[in-house]
Amino acid sequence: MYPDPRVEALIRDNLVPIRIDVRKKPELMERFNAQWTPTILLLGLDGREHHRIEGFLETGDFLAQLVLGLGQVARAGGKWDDAIARYAEVLENHPDTDAAPAGQYWRGVARYKKSGDPAELGATTQAFRERYADSPWAKKASIWG
Amino acid sequence: MLDWREDVDAALEEAKRTERPVLLDFTAAPL
Repeated sequence: MYPDPRVEALIRDNLVPIRIDVRKKPELMERFNAQWTPTILLLGLDGREHHRIEGFLETGDFLAQLVLGLGQVARAGGKWDDAIARYAEVLENHPDTDAAPAGQYWRGVARYKKSGDPAELGATTQAFRERYADSPWAKKASIWG
Repeated sequence: MLDWREDVDAALEEAKRTERPVLLDFTAAPL
């Protein structure tokens, strides 16, 4: 995954990367509740976990998860515009990944949080009728519309 | 090549200073 230039550029430009050899520092697995390898966490500036990737992913899926995670960190920090842009990036650049329906769901949440307008949630439910209707995220959004 | 950090707490301080989130990778593969 990491030798891919797109992955490397995304990490280099947006994240502080730490790699832990669990054989040398098993105590950190307990500290961050990591049960398996590979486990990749995205931590906000407060050190809290906002996104978790467990198990191997192909490069495209991994990239999409990283962008989704950047959206989750931005959303947790109340940076609605940044979060919405990251979710849109997932939908536009990685539409066929598992991260895409998650991005569509959380984009609706971020839009609602930004505007306070419940219509944003209804619009998200409608969006799931048109795209990713069979995903678990469509079920989660179904209550809004 | 990515500049992987190894000290978690130092990296968290760097994250605050640079306003970049942390990617924490737990691996059992040889580094």
